[in-house]
Amino acid sequence: MARALPSERLATDVRVPARRTSPSLWSEAFRRFRKHRLAAFGALVLLSMVVAVLAGPLVYRVPIDEIDFKAKLRGPSAAHPLGTDDLGQDVLARMLYGGRISLAVGIAAMLIAITIGVAVGATAGHFAGIVDHTLMRITDLFICLPQLPLLLLIVYLFREVLKKALGPEAGVFVLIVAVIGGLRWMPVARLVRAQFLSLREQQFVEAARGLGAPPFRQVIRHILPNAMGPVIVAGTIDVAAAIIAESSLSFLGLGFPPDIPTWGRILFDAKDNLDFAPHWAIFPGTAIFLTVLSINYIGDGLRDALDPRKVLSH
Amino acid sequence: MDERELRTMIDEVKSGRLSRRRFVQTMIGLGLTAPLASQMLTSAGVAQAQSKLAYKPTKRGGGGALKVLWWQSATLLNPHFATGTKDQDGSRIFYEPLASWDPDGNLAPNLAAEIPTVQNGGLAKDGKSVTWKLKKGVAWHDGKPFTADDCVFTWEYIADPATASVSIGTYKDIKVEKVDTHTIKVHFTKSVPFWADAFVGVRGMILPKHLFAAFKGDKSREAPTNLKPVGTGPYRFVDFKPGDIVRGELNPNYHMPNRPYFDTIEMKGGGDATSAARAVIQTGEFDYAWNMQVEDDILKRMEQGGKGKSDIVAGGNIEHIQCNFTDPWTDVDGERSSAKTKHPALTDPAVRQALNLLVDRASVQEQIYGRTGIATANFLNAPPRFVSKSTKYEFNVEKANQVLEAAGWKKGPDGIRAKDGKKLKWVYQTSTNPSRQKTQAIVKQAAAKAGIEMELKSVVASVYFSSDVANPDTYSHFYTDIQMYTTTMTQPDPELFMRQFLTEEVASKDNKWQGRNITRWRNEEFDKLFKASEAELDPVKRAALFIKMNDLVIQHVVVIPVVFRPRVAAVSNRLHVEQSGWDSDFWNLHNWYREA
Amino acid sequence: MSKYLLRRLLISIPVLAGISLILFTILAMAPGDPFEELATNPNVPAEVRMSLRAKFGLDDPIGVRYVRWFGSMLRGDWGFSFSSRVNVDTLILQRLPTTLLVLGSAQLLGVLVALPIGTMSAVRPYSVFDQIATTLAFIGFSLPTFFTGLLFILFFSIYLDWLPFIYRADISATGWRFYWEHVRQAIMPVAVLGLFQGAALTRFVRSAVLDVIRLDYINTARAKGLSEQVTIAKHAVRNALIPVVTLMALQIPTIFTGAVITEQIFRVPGIGSLLISAILANDTPVIMAITFVFSCLVVTLNLAADLLYGWLDPRISYR
Repeated sequence: MARALPSERLATDVRVPARRTSPSLWSEAFRRFRKHRLAAFGALVLLSMVVAVLAGPLVYRVPIDEIDFKAKLRGPSAAHPLGTDDLGQDVLARMLYGGRISLAVGIAAMLIAITIGVAVGATAGHFAGIVDHTLMRITDLFICLPQLPLLLLIVYLFREVLKKALGPEAGVFVLIVAVIGGLRWMPVARLVRAQFLSLREQQFVEAARGLGAPPFRQVIRHILPNAMGPVIVAGTIDVAAAIIAESSLSFLGLGFPPDIPTWGRILFDAKDNLDFAPHWAIFPGTAIFLTVLSINYIGDGLRDALDPRKVLSH
Repeated sequence: MDERELRTMIDEVKSGRLSRRRFVQTMIGLGLTAPLASQMLTSAGVAQAQSKLAYKPTKRGGGGALKVLWWQSATLLNPHFATGTKDQDGSRIFYEPLASWDPDGNLAPNLAAEIPTVQNGGLAKDGKSVTWKLKKGVAWHDGKPFTADDCVFTWEYIADPATASVSIGTYKDIKVEKVDTHTIKVHFTKSVPFWADAFVGVRGMILPKHLFAAFKGDKSREAPTNLKPVGTGPYRFVDFKPGDIVRGELNPNYHMPNRPYFDTIEMKGGGDATSAARAVIQTGEFDYAWNMQVEDDILKRMEQGGKGKSDIVAGGNIEHIQCNFTDPWTDVDGERSSAKTKHPALTDPAVRQALNLLVDRASVQEQIYGRTGIATANFLNAPPRFVSKSTKYEFNVEKANQVLEAAGWKKGPDGIRAKDGKKLKWVYQTSTNPSRQKTQAIVKQAAAKAGIEMELKSVVASVYFSSDVANPDTYSHFYTDIQMYTTTMTQPDPELFMRQFLTEEVASKDNKWQGRNITRWRNEEFDKLFKASEAELDPVKRAALFIKMNDLVIQHVVVIPVVFRPRVAAVSNRLHVEQSGWDSDFWNLHNWYREA
Repeated sequence: MSKYLLRRLLISIPVLAGISLILFTILAMAPGDPFEELATNPNVPAEVRMSLRAKFGLDDPIGVRYVRWFGSMLRGDWGFSFSSRVNVDTLILQRLPTTLLVLGSAQLLGVLVALPIGTMSAVRPYSVFDQIATTLAFIGFSLPTFFTGLLFILFFSIYLDWLPFIYRADISATGWRFYWEHVRQAIMPVAVLGLFQGAALTRFVRSAVLDVIRLDYINTARAKGLSEQVTIAKHAVRNALIPVVTLMALQIPTIFTGAVITEQIFRVPGIGSLLISAILANDTPVIMAITFVFSCLVVTLNLAADLLYGWLDPRISYR
């Protein structure tokens, strides 16, 4: 691997593959990822949640909006494994249904934020000079935009257009993901740029440059893998923030209709009954927590997989 | 109920067979207001009742601090520029009107020496003028005396269109004449049946001439007194931070003896209703909280073993579902819900009737509003022999199905009813509010069982209730099939409330959607009745006309009343307060005291 | 370096002007009306509402309104609020002390918690300490502030009755009681907000320290015989501060606009809640003033962060 110079190899952590043919960076990374215990655990949890929300409603047939006042605010029971809310609706069914949206919105918005942020930050940090200036001033502009009036404006301008083009649900989804992701990329950009500013001066990058690697290759193969630290952390935080932001949007009447039980929405609806019926809030809160946890471990695994100086040795 | 039946009821009150309170409640149930009911009784010679709050303290002051919580905070302290009750309430701490409305709709004097009646010569027999005698010996907080000049000035100030005061509707058609330093005569340019509007209640707060004279007309918003009020009220101004807090201290020269009880008052604003309830009922940090739009279950749980309780008093507000008589999905010259279109389904009376049968009011009351919402079809509180059978409220999914089936709306393969290719798929909007969202969910569920599919929409309140011409989500644009909100009746006379069903008031692009008739319903008979009521001086005849108008609206299912929304406040257990549904929360502030 | 600084400062001015123009346009185009309450009042005739709008210049074209606003800003006149007719600078100054006290302390708390815990987590990754700290951090930022705020209120105010939960900026007490009361009511909002921000920051610190802790120069320092603490503190943390500085530069301006939920729950009269109520009431002068101050802070602090990078990592140069 051309990334680390021989003198930077330490005796402790490097596992040299038995085969003599040197594998590519990415297949090596994938192998490492599979072996990273926590990453595997994280991936497993996330996968089960995705399967649960996709297949769950087909298996668990309790309706999400069956109002039953005699059963309101009951804790977990045989009939309602996760309890009921204040209209007697089944919490598990609602969580499975709304989970699709929460997970989709959370992950999609996070990916958008990360992609834009990394692209902007990497370009600015690598090329420096006027490119850096311009991109950073644009970033400053986005940071300064007041989110609420902007949201109201965007929704007001684009909601009908998108609904007509993509259908009511998909239209709202695209709008929300674009809006949430589009307003969270700025910290990522600045963090990535900061990483790049210091990394580009390091010797291995100079070496790559000296060997004639074009800028794109330098960035993707050499610098970026080392800059992923803050990106991963930002990614996990963004997922939680996106799930909660979606519920704030629906609270303002700008997101999904109020009867769609996304996890953030359930949390919000449950908050006034916390002293009496904590189960209603604990379950969606735990779900968000688990999502964040699993993405984080996956991210850790990714980082270790891409980085020769990996943290966990096995 | 017609005029004859009304007079029979009034006679029963006179002879003592029917309590005054029951009569007033019945009138409210028929769509009238307590002040109007009280006026009806007075005109028939039934004497006014006195306010029931017994004031115990025997000296002024010594009560410590009074802390009250409003979850919307006042932004300015001139009542005639108020954008909501929060500003009116904040001003009411310092300013006073000539008289206020008590919970039963009687007039209680503040700055008036007595209430004008026909007997004492205050009310002219031809209904063209009222003479008010002002209380003597009243001084403004800065020491200057209160006289008739202040009343005359207040009228001129508000009636001037350049001032752009929100109270202008009450003062523009009158002329106020100073008779002597403590008497004024209000002349009505046309016979006005409801004389007790000017100088009464929240729109009647008197302003000091000597501080506002330099700020009339278009200079009115620059007056420093707008932010540092000088009034005649029980408390003097100390501090005001807009959007946060209003503070006052005891007025040592207040014109009623032994009052006020508290040494200071603090009105804090912001936050939400539920936490305000907690602050009064559970932690006791505050003594009183306004407008508890909180689910009753939560309130009840807080009250157990708490330091406070909910105080509920009847008002005239009704949570309604409105039916759109025009088509919100067709665009005519850049306008949807245009009066030139007809709604494909809701113009069919059978459809509206079915919808009426699908609103489970009992559940909405029991499960959502509890004591804070009383199920109604507008006739709940009437004594049985006055209730008309066809206007009882009913929840019957089966019957709704039958009605729709009989009218030709057949269920399609997707379970949704349709006729001539028009499906019963509606959008149902309201403002963002948990109780409203729950009500929507209940109605949607029941409608689904009858083959009507509803998409729910909630709009944030500041946008929903705005008068922005360009925003399609406002309630007056009504770009959906049905919508729901509370129509307030805090003005004492139903006439303005009834305007919202007049043909000439249809909201449209031409009048920038400022017209009051949101449902765009047009009915000649209603228009005729309304015109008649405008000219009718006899309160009983007038009331009969209003009841007929209300009947018409209900029978045609133009709007579907869901629940009555009484006023709910959270009150500390030791605080003695009397709320009125027809005036500000502070109408009786000078009489508030705390049990030692 | 000073040339760089000068260039950046000069560029800031047109940048800020451009930002303010875009802000103004967005506000002018967003739906909403300062006089919405009048709409539900049947007593107010339409002409009154219309004339109010005309009076405040609300119906003039956007360009005209912007130039008017910009001109008065340059003269130091920040305009007055549509809702309360109070000067905007008075409104902001009324709320500034509380904002700095509550929100400033919260950010400080966040940093004070994040730096040591993040560093210790990184020094012993996947240890028990790290696992607990990580879990707590995740709980901290997966739960929205309205939720944790409410939990705190339920526990400390209602169940234990230890702390008041409605924030009152004017407390009539003297001497040490005055300070004690202020502290008591500030504890919960500061804790809620500080822990939320601290949770995220902890993760960043941990990641940044992890990145550098395995590098050669750290081992060199250890080999030289420097104690572990000095090694970590002087060498590792310093480089790890780069992302922290980046984030702080982004976070400090949010004292002005963020924490709306926390301010609402505890009724802290901060600038954030002033902003949100101005937005909901479509009170343009107040919104413009606050977001403009926010923009100035953002631009300035990002510049400061860029300069700090050079100090923290000498390899970074400026062109």
